[in-house]
Amino acid sequence: MTSYIIRRVLWGVLVLFLVSVIVFFSVRLLPGDPVLMFVAQQSSGSGMTEEHLEKLRIEHGLDKPVVVQFGNWIKGIVTGDLGKSIRYRTDVASLLTDFLPVTLILGLISVVISTVLGVFLGLMAAIRRSTWVDTVVTIISYIGLVIPVFMLGFILIYVFGLKLGWLPIAGYKLPWVDFGASVKYSVMPVACLAVTPLAVTARQMRSSVLEVNNMDYVRTAWSKGLRERLVVTRHILKNSLVPVITLLGISIGIIFGGSVIVESMFAIPGMGRLLVQSVFNLDYVVIQGGTLIIAAMIILVNLIVDISYGWFDPRIRYE
Amino acid sequence: MSDISTVQEPEVTVPPRISEWKRFRRIFFQRKLVTFGLVVLVILVLVAIFAPLIAPSDPYKNEMSQSLQDPSWNHLLGTDNLGRDTLSRLIYGARTALYVGFGTVLVSAVIGMILGLLAGYLGGVVNGIIMRVMDALMGFPMLVLALLLAAVLGGGLQNVVIALAIATLPGYVRLMCAETMSVKENEYILAQRAIGAKGFRTMMKHVLPNAFQPSLVLITTMLGNVILAEAGLSFIGIGIQPPGVAWGSMAADGYRSLASHPLLSFSPSIAIMIVVFAFNMVGDGLRDALDPKLRGTL
Repeated sequence: MTSYIIRRVLWGVLVLFLVSVIVFFSVRLLPGDPVLMFVAQQSSGSGMTEEHLEKLRIEHGLDKPVVVQFGNWIKGIVTGDLGKSIRYRTDVASLLTDFLPVTLILGLISVVISTVLGVFLGLMAAIRRSTWVDTVVTIISYIGLVIPVFMLGFILIYVFGLKLGWLPIAGYKLPWVDFGASVKYSVMPVACLAVTPLAVTARQMRSSVLEVNNMDYVRTAWSKGLRERLVVTRHILKNSLVPVITLLGISIGIIFGGSVIVESMFAIPGMGRLLVQSVFNLDYVVIQGGTLIIAAMIILVNLIVDISYGWFDPRIRYE
Repeated sequence: MSDISTVQEPEVTVPPRISEWKRFRRIFFQRKLVTFGLVVLVILVLVAIFAPLIAPSDPYKNEMSQSLQDPSWNHLLGTDNLGRDTLSRLIYGARTALYVGFGTVLVSAVIGMILGLLAGYLGGVVNGIIMRVMDALMGFPMLVLALLLAAVLGGGLQNVVIALAIATLPGYVRLMCAETMSVKENEYILAQRAIGAKGFRTMMKHVLPNAFQPSLVLITTMLGNVILAEAGLSFIGIGIQPPGVAWGSMAADGYRSLASHPLLSFSPSIAIMIVVFAFNMVGDGLRDALDPKLRGTL
């Protein structure tokens, strides 16, 4: 088990290295000059001379050959220095500590809601197969699979933001700053982020429960006269969770991807919006640092998922 | 000598012979929603092909005097902030959606299946290199990778296709690689080796035909996902660039006048939903028809 984990972690580090190679070289292929871009956005930019530009390039290490830049960046990562943003004039690390918590909180709430609700809905649909419950869950999961994230956003913003005026349509507050406001700010973005993973989970859970339902041990449980609640919670639920656990890794990906759209839409100062703006601003190091952190988290979640299989299904062993 | 005619023919009930294609068709059209999805797709393809004939007005023509009109007989779905007819733009948007959907899937499925086949069949170093690169691509959320690539390539129809194709590549490679590795273990492949067939020939003529079916199902599912992703990219402003018409960018443009003209952002969003739904239905039908084991599991 320990050797399995060590191997997987080393594997993950290798994959992260490849991720950093891909990101590093693709941002350098972005059309445009980051320094000129920064200068053009400053109001005082018109007075910039060629020497100023050169100084900025040297300050951000952009004057060196690309391979040297890459080496410096990797060296920085190992020592915990992610570089300095051109646009924000601060360390990427401190930028991330500002932006990351927002995305993490919204993402975490979305993962919890979509997983718990998805498992519940899928379970109900399966054990009440071919009744109205099943139909409703099926319709919900189809809608969740086909709705563009921004479409749900439009509906929510239109109804609850503009017509009823119950919820704020832009901005965000962290829970430890103002809890009540934070809840209000979170409702609509979380709904948008959670809808697709919810549908995927419910669908997977339904078919997984239907499969477990046919197992001999479920029939045995019924025939020895156990009450439905016990059969469902003790015998069906736990055994049908394994495929759903796999989805956690996929859900995290969907939610991080969705945050790009949702945060832009609701003007939330999180990682998704930061990434989009940094792409537009050609803020190389922010794109690099941001994607690397996201990739690291996705790899970590998948590792935890793989390890947790053994707990849910003791038949699974690791060499 | 007994009379042949008196010999009693044993009653053998031969199961009705049914061709593979017939069985496929029967299962495929079993569910009404699958038929519905197919009909929607056929209509969509026709609309996209005959867009210039169907569209009531020019989707690119700005007419500031007509800006933000409510639906009327002149403009069935109203006009946008530049006075362009929404219905016509929706119709032309179908072209973009289909082009991106089919184009992306074609590129990524072909390249992905070749890479997966090579990785699975050759194994060893080739497998290691291909699969590690795919792992790295999968470390990104699909939309983030597509966003980065589309920005690098500079947006536009073809570049969005390339960006999405790369972002969706790992799925095909992994599936094909796994299938190939399992097919490779079959005895008929060993038999090929035994009679001295060349590796390449065995791979193309015997492994590929037996390993590609699951990819077919993935392709139809991906069609819907790709269209959703393109809509997302265009919504952020990195996908299809003006004057190109895309449902995602129409929705984003309409967002500015959501309070007064909700139809502007809702109508393209609904179009996306219908198309993605249709693709998912056809994908489900295909999956059921190709794999009877999965039947009835939603």
